Amino acid sequence: MAHHITDDLSIVIAGQAGQGIQSVAHLLTHILKLQGFHVFATAEYMSRVRGGINSTTIRISSEKRDAFRSTIDLFVSLDPRSFSFYKHRFNDKTMFLGFRDAEFCQDCVMEVNFISIAQSIGGTLYANTVAAGAILGLIGADEKHAREYLRNFFVKKGKDIITKNQEALSRGFKMGAHFAFSHDVHVAMKTKEAVKDDLFMSGIDAVGFGALAAGVDFCVAYPMSPSTGLLTFLAQNSKECGAVVEQATDEIEAVNMALGASYAGARSIVTTSGGGFDLMCEAVSLAGMIETPITFHIGQRPGPATGLPTHTGQEDLNLVLHAGHGEFMRAIFAPGTPMQAYAVTAHALDIADKYQIPTFVLTDQYFVDALYKVEKNDFVEQNNVKHIIETTRDYKRYALTENGVSERGVPGFGDGLVCVDGDEHDETGRITEDTRGIHMHMAEKRLFKRRALLEEVMLLPEVITQKTTTGRSKKSGKKLIVCWGSTRNTVVEAVSEAGNQDMTVVHFVQLFPLDKKKIKKIFAKAEKVIVVENNATGQFAHLLTQECDIAIDKTILKWNGEPFNVEELVEQIKKM
Amino acid sequence: MIGSAHIKNNFTVPQSVECQWCPGCGNFPILQTIKNVLQEKNLAPQDVTFVSGVGQAAKLPQYINCNYFNGLHGRALPVATGVKIANPTQTVIVTSGDGDVYGEGGNHLIHAIRRNPDITVIVHNNMIYGLTKGQASPTTEEGTVTPTQPYGVIDMPINPIALAISLDAPFVARASVGDPQKMQAIIAQAIDHKGFSLVDLFQPCVVFNKINTYQWFKEHTYYMEDDRDVTDRVDAFRRATETDRLPLGVFYAHAKRKTFEERVDFYKKDQRPMYLRGSNCVLRSALVASQK
Repeated sequence: MAHHITDDLSIVIAGQAGQGIQSVAHLLTHILKLQGFHVFATAEYMSRVRGGINSTTIRISSEKRDAFRSTIDLFVSLDPRSFSFYKHRFNDKTMFLGFRDAEFCQDCVMEVNFISIAQSIGGTLYANTVAAGAILGLIGADEKHAREYLRNFFVKKGKDIITKNQEALSRGFKMGAHFAFSHDVHVAMKTKEAVKDDLFMSGIDAVGFGALAAGVDFCVAYPMSPSTGLLTFLAQNSKECGAVVEQATDEIEAVNMALGASYAGARSIVTTSGGGFDLMCEAVSLAGMIETPITFHIGQRPGPATGLPTHTGQEDLNLVLHAGHGEFMRAIFAPGTPMQAYAVTAHALDIADKYQIPTFVLTDQYFVDALYKVEKNDFVEQNNVKHIIETTRDYKRYALTENGVSERGVPGFGDGLVCVDGDEHDETGRITEDTRGIHMHMAEKRLFKRRALLEEVMLLPEVITQKTTTGRSKKSGKKLIVCWGSTRNTVVEAVSEAGNQDMTVVHFVQLFPLDKKKIKKIFAKAEKVIVVENNATGQFAHLLTQECDIAIDKTILKWNGEPFNVEELVEQIKKM
Repeated sequence: MIGSAHIKNNFTVPQSVECQWCPGCGNFPILQTIKNVLQEKNLAPQDVTFVSGVGQAAKLPQYINCNYFNGLHGRALPVATGVKIANPTQTVIVTSGDGDVYGEGGNHLIHAIRRNPDITVIVHNNMIYGLTKGQASPTTEEGTVTPTQPYGVIDMPINPIALAISLDAPFVARASVGDPQKMQAIIAQAIDHKGFSLVDLFQPCVVFNKINTYQWFKEHTYYMEDDRDVTDRVDAFRRATETDRLPLGVFYAHAKRKTFEERVDFYKKDQRPMYLRGSNCVLRSALVASQK
């Protein structure tokens, strides 16, 4: 069967944890990007340090397509057991390279023993480079350039390592090229010169850059998949960027330490996942009461309890929306692209600071582990000016004001004293039990007045109309397909592939609060509203109805721990 | 009412604040003592931050003219650590009860000592829960009858002094409210000592604890001799395990450990607190570095 690929190629590299799949993926993505290909990668793994079966999906295309496709065009196995895990993603055009699974198929695999080739070069550790070389050879990439990349990549490791890796690459390359010839595989994709200067960034690194851009001073967290990447990223940049990054002993310690630092004038962020956030809820309530800024990054994964630690989902919106007892305001954001993650994380830190509330950035395993190609120039400066005043002697931390926000002082800056209290308090921050007087004013300040302010600065959902031959259509279609957070690109691609000209994507990056008036306007002419969510109950669909009176006609829900893929959405959308 | 003092003290609340403690409560002498110590040290109220949790003892900051963060039950220590790391120039003092610091916040006590921020932790140890009306606390003697332990407490009380010494806390002391002068000297020493300082204060609860009264503390305590070597950890630990009479004074004091804020890189070249520092991140260089 001939394979003529001109536009889009999905490669899956699968094997055991610890076999170096990530190294293969790293080499491949970087080499291909430097040769002008658009590259996007996602990771799927088990909760193991060694063993199990993990994989990386790498999508190469002639145009930017950062969405997950299920269909595998080329399956590269570093372990024969991996076949049974990915069977459902094969079709009759799938090509196979690597270790054979005798049970699965007799003759469909071009058997390449990466490990024995590596051993003949100098050790099993070169197997990854052999595999990368084989894939590059099959695609018909530039071998000389790839060898050059290896030289730079291993420059600190010395000449011997460089030479052996280059040999491993070339040996693999030859086999890949041979495979392409014998199976009539032609990959002829347009490449773009400009792509070479782009950067690679995981979703979580984009969150991290956003935090740095907003001038985060303090990050404290307890490790928990899939949120730990932010702690790691900030720790590794802490010296250069001037921040204290501390690993706490538990989530309760983390969030309280962050609140203490915020109270004293830091910009603080904590990162956790649903299970860890459960422990933080009490402090969310405290943050609301003492009107002290704090930002939470929550990398979602399926629950309940320990659930599926290394899989994905959008199940924690309700948790975050209702976390903490009592009634007070918060703002919740969920980015769908790395640029949104960058901007929205900075925005969440700034809004927390400016309006003295807890704010939340919701991501998930699919988003944080995905590797995106981004343009350097998209990184615009973010607001990192702290909203802090020098206090005077008569300073009152909770002074009643027109808009409900009291100026924020910090201990030691000015002549005033800064007193905050988790009990109901008067303007000076002293405990009170006055239910008919000051308590009502304080409650109004924390809730209604804040809500009005936050609605004013609401980030409106992005309305993405269909692409026509002349560019994007100006007009919204009659069918609105709503999504939030990480599902954005998959939904956009599926809608365009389904060819439903009458369908428009509405992607929410701010989930709460929603300004009813503005949202209703967007939905005014919709004849059908469909909501796509990675959970079982349609949490955002309910929120949209509750907050904005929007009637939802249909929900497309997925809750098996896997992200949506383009193909299944196309199928669903075609039925609409 | 708290706030009308006849002696001039900068830490007396200028406005009148309704006090929620019972008459005769051991918290009153503690409050006065702390105010005296701060006045003596010539500290400005703006440069002192009190952190507390929940309970009667945790209300102390409300009655003092200072910055304060009165937060959640058991959580004072991480908050105090956060305040200190954001602004090391603040004098940070935790005042809370035995239930708060040793019970609900037990885990935080262990790890705050490990982290060793330069804070002073004053525990009003009255061996009972006051605010919730007389239940046993982590330091209540076995056999004590309470509304929720009607047949007597069956759990062993915690030994906070031995615990702190075992974790190599830089300063571990105990004083009694019945002797305000000695209490004042010990609290003053604790605030001066760099690193995590624990002061366990024996304090009667005149309403709910009919066993550990002023009289009882007088009869069941003694002062350790002045010329003891306070750097001797083994001797300190031995003293900490004595049960009757209970030793008072400084058990253990040393300067072997660097503080949390000294260890982080953040303050090595620039001592300014976080609120005065913007982001000094050269984003582009970080971006490029991330690509390697």
